[in-house]
Amino acid sequence: MAKKDLLGGALWEAYSKKVAARMDNPTNRGELTAADAKKLHGKLVVADHGAESCGDAVRLYWVVDPKTHVIKAARFKSFGCGTAIASSDMMAELCMGKTVDAASRITNIDVERALRDSPDVPAVPPQKMHCSVMAYDVIKKAVALYKGVDIRSLETETIVCECGRVSLGTIVDAIRLNDLKTVADITHYTKAGGFCKSCIEPGGHEKRQHYLVDILRDTRAAMEKEKLHQQMETQDFGSMTLVRKLKAVEQVFREDLRPMLAADGGDVELVDLKEEGGVWQVFIEYKGACAGCPSAGTNTLSAIESHLKQKLGDNIKVVPS
Amino acid sequence: MDRIYLDNNATTITDPMVKQAMEPYFCEKYGNPNSLHSFGTEVHPDLRVAMNRLYKGLGAAEDDDILITGCATESNNTVLKGVYFDLIKNGEKNHIITTSVEHPCVANTCRFLENQGAQVTFLPVNKDARVEAEDVRHAITEKTALVSVMWANNETGIIFSIKEIARVCREKGVLFHTDAVQAIGKVKVDVQDAGVDFLSLSAHKFHGPKGIGALFIRRGLKLPPLLHGGEQMSGKRAGTLNTAGIVGMGLALELAVDNLNYEATEVRRLRDKLEDGLLKLKDVMVIGRRELRVPNTVFISVRGVEGEALLWDLNKNGIAASTGSACASESLEASPVIAAIGAGSELSHTGIRLSLSRFTTEGEIDRAVKAFTEAVGRLRAVSSSY
Ligand SMILES: Cc1ncc(COP(=O)(O)O)c(C=O)c1O
Repeated sequence: MAKKDLLGGALWEAYSKKVAARMDNPTNRGELTAADAKKLHGKLVVADHGAESCGDAVRLYWVVDPKTHVIKAARFKSFGCGTAIASSDMMAELCMGKTVDAASRITNIDVERALRDSPDVPAVPPQKMHCSVMAYDVIKKAVALYKGVDIRSLETETIVCECGRVSLGTIVDAIRLNDLKTVADITHYTKAGGFCKSCIEPGGHEKRQHYLVDILRDTRAAMEKEKLHQQMETQDFGSMTLVRKLKAVEQVFREDLRPMLAADGGDVELVDLKEEGGVWQVFIEYKGACAGCPSAGTNTLSAIESHLKQKLGDNIKVVPS
Repeated sequence: MDRIYLDNNATTITDPMVKQAMEPYFCEKYGNPNSLHSFGTEVHPDLRVAMNRLYKGLGAAEDDDILITGCATESNNTVLKGVYFDLIKNGEKNHIITTSVEHPCVANTCRFLENQGAQVTFLPVNKDARVEAEDVRHAITEKTALVSVMWANNETGIIFSIKEIARVCREKGVLFHTDAVQAIGKVKVDVQDAGVDFLSLSAHKFHGPKGIGALFIRRGLKLPPLLHGGEQMSGKRAGTLNTAGIVGMGLALELAVDNLNYEATEVRRLRDKLEDGLLKLKDVMVIGRRELRVPNTVFISVRGVEGEALLWDLNKNGIAASTGSACASESLEASPVIAAIGAGSELSHTGIRLSLSRFTTEGEIDRAVKAFTEAVGRLRAVSSSY
């Protein structure tokens, strides 16, 4: 990586020859009109995606045969950089002759692949991948318009990586099943984050709703919690290591006791954990409303203790400090 | 096809006279100026001439410092980090004021210092794409250590009122630094007249060589070195002196100052001709009033045409320009300047910068106007938003 990256890329040199050629002469540029549609005995569809303020916008025109649902003509117009124009041109070409349903499966990666000069060399540099290859979204809009349905009905899952169309569900499953620990692992297993890299963490080319770093952290945390729960269920308190014991007690505090007391404006903190004569003493300190509450030494205390016993076993005694 | 270079705010052609003046220091006078033998000492007279040219060119006094650095980036880092180490880290002060349109070498250094605990105010620009002295005055607090405002903006060519800002800083007892990279050779830059404390420049922006710059430090002021090492530059900036670079920068500055009148008349005339030619296009907008700009720069927004696409077409016709469009860079943040002057956000990706130099010819300008007009025509025909 280092040597190749130090001088920075010559951006335009990373464009394939096909991209350059289509930028110079986009063969499918232009509009289709109602008159064109009539001539072809088809239905005109005009879909827009993107915005000038985001740097890229594209308009896709189709004439679709209403009987066979085959796209008989496709054209585009685009506000965007060279790769946006070239990829829109390729997108229009890929739509041509396909049924609307088949076209709806065209992804940004398909467009990018079609623009490659050789199969293993990307047609555009990574930072151009998402911002300027916008096929999927505008096609989806065209499909929704053609079918007369709400676009949201076509979207069944939350997409995290737009370039590779990798969903949140896929990523979470991959993390869980393969015990993935890094973003690089996620990219390796799912391809998510391998293209424009916007979805890896905030601060990329584009703001995203979900980032891989957060998904990884949250999923790992959930996995950790489940493991603890599982251990608490299968392992008895007395035979846990000290660290595990502490974690188990903390978890009961965090998940049950503190929320319970918080309802009355109170709070409690775990201060220490010590064994004495086979009994585990849980030292606590009251906070908030509990601190001066008359029942803190009686009812509340016994409620806390019985809850801990129920969760962790009988050899527990709660000691307020 | 002859190429036409209209990207002189990025870098400039080295003046052939400068190149010639530098030549002896590679294979003949290659000694290290710090050496005691004749190879070392023989370059001293030439270095003194170069230093005299730098002092004269900036209007500096004998007891001011002009440190030779590797580039303006280094000069700017030296000031910002030096002030941080001297005044902020020890808790005496905590605040730096700069603008939201500085070059990344100021902006990112400030962000770094923010992470180290400094407070940084990034003043937004007004409708004229400027920050005024009064804006600075209002931002200064008792804890302000340094104000850093560029002399001229690299994208728009807008000139800031450095003299007034310097006066406000002096009144308030705050140090003042200016990044004058885009002002040198375009407008008169006189450190005493302007009353600045620190000033940065880079030789390659005024027909000098790349890899050499300077930092003016007013007499009596001290900065800890950014580069520690030997005794070069009285220990204020270590590293073996770049003799060829220093000689080249000295001559380049002298030539730049000598040509200021040409810049103000002929370069300005060509720039205005270019600008007028482009303004014949419909739905275009030039950023910043002409009288507020350096004579060589025009930053134009073309509705319906994305900046990088236009650059592509210009390049095909041999014309080199530059874009503020984020599409051409790593991040998608749009140009802060276009946003700041209150232009619609749909224009934020449409900026093209054309920057001339004293080497630009009338024929080049005519060809550029023609190529630009054709490119806009072609791209608007493809555009979904025009
Ligand atoms: C305003 C401004 N400051 C600083 C710099 C940095 O100059 P250098 O890259 O030579 O350090 C530039 C160059 O683009 C500039 O335009």
